[in-house]
Amino acid sequence: MPTRRRAVLILAVLAGLALLSIALALSVGSIHIPLSDVFRALVGSDAGMGIDVVRSLRLPRALGGFACGALLALAGALLQVLLRNPLADPYVLGISGGAGVGAMLAILFGLTAAGINGLAFLGALAAMLLVFGLAHGDGGWTQTRLLLTGVIVASGCGAIVALTLSVAPEQKLHGMLFWLMGDLAQGGDPTLPLLALVVILLVALPFARELNLLARGADTALTLGVAITRLRRGVYLVASLATAIVVTYAGSIGFIGLIVPHLVRLSLGNDQRLLLPAAALAGGSLLVVADTLARTVVAPQQLPVGVLTALIGVPVFLYLLARAPLARR
Amino acid sequence: MSAQPPLLETRALAVRIAGKTVCTDLDFTVAAGERLAILGRNGAGKTTLLTTLAGLRPAAAGQILVGGHGYGELGPRGAARQRGWLAQHREDAFGATALEIALTGRHPHLGRWQWESADDADIARAALAAVGLKGFEARDVLTLSGGERQRLAMATLLAQAPQLYLLDEPIAHLDLNHQIALLELFARAAAEGAGVVMSLHDPGLALRYADRALLLYGDGRAELGPADEILTAERLSALYQHPLVAIDVDGRRCFIPC
Repeated sequence: MPTRRRAVLILAVLAGLALLSIALALSVGSIHIPLSDVFRALVGSDAGMGIDVVRSLRLPRALGGFACGALLALAGALLQVLLRNPLADPYVLGISGGAGVGAMLAILFGLTAAGINGLAFLGALAAMLLVFGLAHGDGGWTQTRLLLTGVIVASGCGAIVALTLSVAPEQKLHGMLFWLMGDLAQGGDPTLPLLALVVILLVALPFARELNLLARGADTALTLGVAITRLRRGVYLVASLATAIVVTYAGSIGFIGLIVPHLVRLSLGNDQRLLLPAAALAGGSLLVVADTLARTVVAPQQLPVGVLTALIGVPVFLYLLARAPLARR
Repeated sequence: MSAQPPLLETRALAVRIAGKTVCTDLDFTVAAGERLAILGRNGAGKTTLLTTLAGLRPAAAGQILVGGHGYGELGPRGAARQRGWLAQHREDAFGATALEIALTGRHPHLGRWQWESADDADIARAALAAVGLKGFEARDVLTLSGGERQRLAMATLLAQAPQLYLLDEPIAHLDLNHQIALLELFARAAAEGAGVVMSLHDPGLALRYADRALLLYGDGRAELGPADEILTAERLSALYQHPLVAIDVDGRRCFIPC
């Protein structure tokens, strides 16, 4: 169990790493901009030609990426506790599937970017309400039932997405596939995901110790004084909204929501008071670094960022799993 | 009404599960220092009754008062400071050290932003020592045996320090020495003013470690009385639907199936 002091220290280090990753993202690219110029561009003093690149291209993309990575890791950590299942990730309950259906239909009918985002978000919300309603139908609520309902709704959505892809005209396929793989280039204004990140952290952190108890079992948590019905609904809502916002903003970027909570759990333990903010910082940093690599490794070609997150995350995860003390596996 | 309300009181309590009646019109109280044993065959409803008493599932009818208040009135947090519950089954999806788990018992005593203090850690360590798990602080729960997990759950309960202990099969999975040690532990807790309600399988131990016994026949009938009056070979034979004989050894009575 970490002490409060140790937790603050660890979070400060992670916050430093997050700033470094964003600095890297601002500096590296088709035009290399030295960090001193990046800094000058940010504070607004004259920095020559780099100022536009940094301010209007790289900064929104880095901040949006950070917010998305952080939200995904946070949603994954919350859902792993809610479902008491280490295999849970933000997409397991069908939210990305719902968003995918919305986005595919929007692209198929030739809607604008705003239309695609709008329908994707509506699809995510619809899937979220559907799963919640079905899993909650008779008032009973078990992790297994919620998980099963989510998985089934997700595969139903997957079928609709596949159907849309198969009937879509050739020239629309590329956009559809890029949306499905997840891509930060389409993002735009990062204000909404950043705001969501701050709000969700502020909402979730006061309940972190109760989440520790929920991870130990619902009845145990209830007898130790946790209002579990309210807590579970809140966790479901918050994790789903976080996922819906990310999927709308950047498509379904895989892997971060599953692996980052485990990375943090393996290295720092399973105390949600530390795990939630640490996972947010680590998830954000990982996605920013992965996106920077995705747009530079084979420039000018851009790689799907989900591929990069997996390529970085898998070896790190396997290494930690092999050497972590059993108490944290 | 100057007298302290009993730690646990039921009024016309009826408990049903899956269309089966566990008990109806059950009235009893558990005062400070009292120990009540619940006996019955498998499926008679011991666990169902205990989880109902713990406020984990609603009663079919009647009232349950803990320290004079209903669960709705107390709220989960208020209830957690008054009654502790030992589940029959352990379920752990994620690893954690024994000390971390024992510390979860301190939850109802901590404010929302508070972290466990050194005092809380001392309480948790003392609780681990009390159940014979000294030296296990850093061990992962997933590496513990069934009996060790059982004792760890009891350490968590001790760290919670409620006035009323509701124990579902507290000594299942335990070796004989630990069975007696833990029953003695709760006997001491009762002597210091706690109330204990526990389901037991061994009528001899119930006789030795409980003041009163509640027999659940599984068909809605329930009998409650002082342990030494109600735990007779005749009644127990009817309860378990198997003939039993009572044998006295060194002033202690045990029951042996024929």
